[in-house]
Amino acid sequence: MKEYFWLASKYLRKRGVRSWLTLLGIFIGVAAVISLITLGDGLRLAVNSQFGISTTQIITVQAGGIVGFGPPGSWVTKPLVKDDVTAIKKLDSIESAIPRNIETVQAEFNNNLIFSVAVSVPEGRDKKQFYEFLELEAYQGRLLEDSDDNKVILGYDYSKKEKSGFNKKIEVGDKIRIQGDDFRVVGILKKKGSFIFDKTIMMNDGHLRELMGYGNNVDIIAVKVKSKDLMDKSKEDIEELLRKRRNVEKGEEDFEVSTPEATLATLNNILSGIQIFIVIIASISIIVGAIGIANTMTTSVLERKKDIGIMKAIGAKNSDIFYQSFVEAGLMGFIGGALGIIIGTIIGYFGTIVINYLIGSSAELKINFILIISSLIGSFLIGAVSGIIPAMKAAKQNPIDVLRD
Amino acid sequence: MKEVIKLKGVFKIYFEGEENEVRALSDINLEINKGEFVAIMGPSGSGKSTGMNLIGSLDIPTRGKVFLEGKDISSLEESDLAQLRGKKIGFIFQQFNLISNMTALENVMLPMMFQGVKEHERLNKAESLLKLINLENRMDHYPRQLSGGEQQRVAIARALANDPEVILADEPTGNLDSKTGEIVMKFLNQLHKQGKTIIIVTHDKNLALKHSQIIYWLKDGQIQRVNRKSGTKR
Repeated sequence: MKEYFWLASKYLRKRGVRSWLTLLGIFIGVAAVISLITLGDGLRLAVNSQFGISTTQIITVQAGGIVGFGPPGSWVTKPLVKDDVTAIKKLDSIESAIPRNIETVQAEFNNNLIFSVAVSVPEGRDKKQFYEFLELEAYQGRLLEDSDDNKVILGYDYSKKEKSGFNKKIEVGDKIRIQGDDFRVVGILKKKGSFIFDKTIMMNDGHLRELMGYGNNVDIIAVKVKSKDLMDKSKEDIEELLRKRRNVEKGEEDFEVSTPEATLATLNNILSGIQIFIVIIASISIIVGAIGIANTMTTSVLERKKDIGIMKAIGAKNSDIFYQSFVEAGLMGFIGGALGIIIGTIIGYFGTIVINYLIGSSAELKINFILIISSLIGSFLIGAVSGIIPAMKAAKQNPIDVLRD
Repeated sequence: MKEVIKLKGVFKIYFEGEENEVRALSDINLEINKGEFVAIMGPSGSGKSTGMNLIGSLDIPTRGKVFLEGKDISSLEESDLAQLRGKKIGFIFQQFNLISNMTALENVMLPMMFQGVKEHERLNKAESLLKLINLENRMDHYPRQLSGGEQQRVAIARALANDPEVILADEPTGNLDSKTGEIVMKFLNQLHKQGKTIIIVTHDKNLALKHSQIIYWLKDGQIQRVNRKSGTKR
């Protein structure tokens, strides 16, 4: 077998540029598959990390019927209210329910004005649970307390000059102007790898309510369920409760009750759909590549008719000639695939960096070794199979037809 | 004397039974013994090449039998035929027929590869053969970097690679000048003296008369006459 590889490599080198051009189809196809699947994995990790919550016992409730753009829960026709939170808290399967308001605010620091997202921190008993739900910890300074007047805590990115948006890092003790009012920074949150947290301003609910005037409205209700087994029941209970409270029929809900798992599953389904679509496109490239290999091998067999005749005259069996061409076609596929894997992984690597930069996630490049090995084997086989017919033609050649030419 | 090749009532007919039927060989009977230097002569279209193909087991007869060392090879499968000729027959062609993308050394190693000889043995044998024909300094040269005479010497080394019983040379000097042709023939004579059976197919009467012990004259696909040098036993 080693000899067939040696012979095959001789003819691959002989064809020079033509060999490289033939590899192109397989190369592009495999590079596309590898980069997009790697990128997709990175994107999936990035999306998953955006949730930033490790517990799966949280149900999110928000109103539907959006009529404008803004953070979740804003611009809805019929918002949730504080009484909804109280009612949900009373359900048997629920451990606690926390109202959250998310507002777009103007923030000013270092003579720079930016739009940012401000999130309310509930007061009283809910405050501790809020921090626990979201697993929030201070990286610098401390978390907010109920007694804090005109004080805020900021996401991690504000402590970095290049990410803060103010062209200057913010430190504990600095003053920041939000919607025209001055707020003292008492803490910077630990990095979460998600823009939902790392680019957020958090202030006590009373202040944000006063600042933005949303009254009793609530954007999102985060509900913690007593046990993971009760997730489905709790979801149904909340839906039933809100249908009654909002006077809507089943199937016509103007609110949404979602579990993190369901939301992630939906997002992952979308990502999988995109990946499948791209893999189909890449497959077309691979098929074109395979046709290219078959074409090159057919031409090659014709071109080296004489060499085949000579080899047969000096003792090569039909099977020797067949395997030599077969391996040669396989090698073309293999080399195309290997180059595709290298380039695809590089694209995947830089793509992941770009995604991390754009959405503030911290997804790492995940090299899928099974994908790589199966791509290599697959590329070899695609090449080899494409070369079967030309190889058979080569093997059947009669040496006496060419030896005296 | 031990018989190496025997053609018995051999016919080679192309397009048999069709309008354009060609009888390349008709009822050929010949025997070549071990250690003989034989020339097959004849004008173009006389059937020399067809005869060479049959003797060299590159082709099988339409009718009749071809024996190689007593074994009937007329009905062998292509793969068995290939193995047999790789082992028993060394070919030398008018056009040298070296593989252009292989060095002299690799060309000589090639027949051994098809016989499953181990790599280090192939290498040692090929090097010693190239030394034998005084091409030790040209081992890593490609055919395009060699003169015609050097290419034909590489072809001789390649023909000897599997230490075959028979060397079958088709117009071995046809593409060489007379001086280089003489060098090539000198090597063939040396091999003959070492006990190899040499068969040359040629239309060069002087060459055949000078070097061979037996000459088969072919015309219109039939053996017209056989000349034997005095002292040649049969």
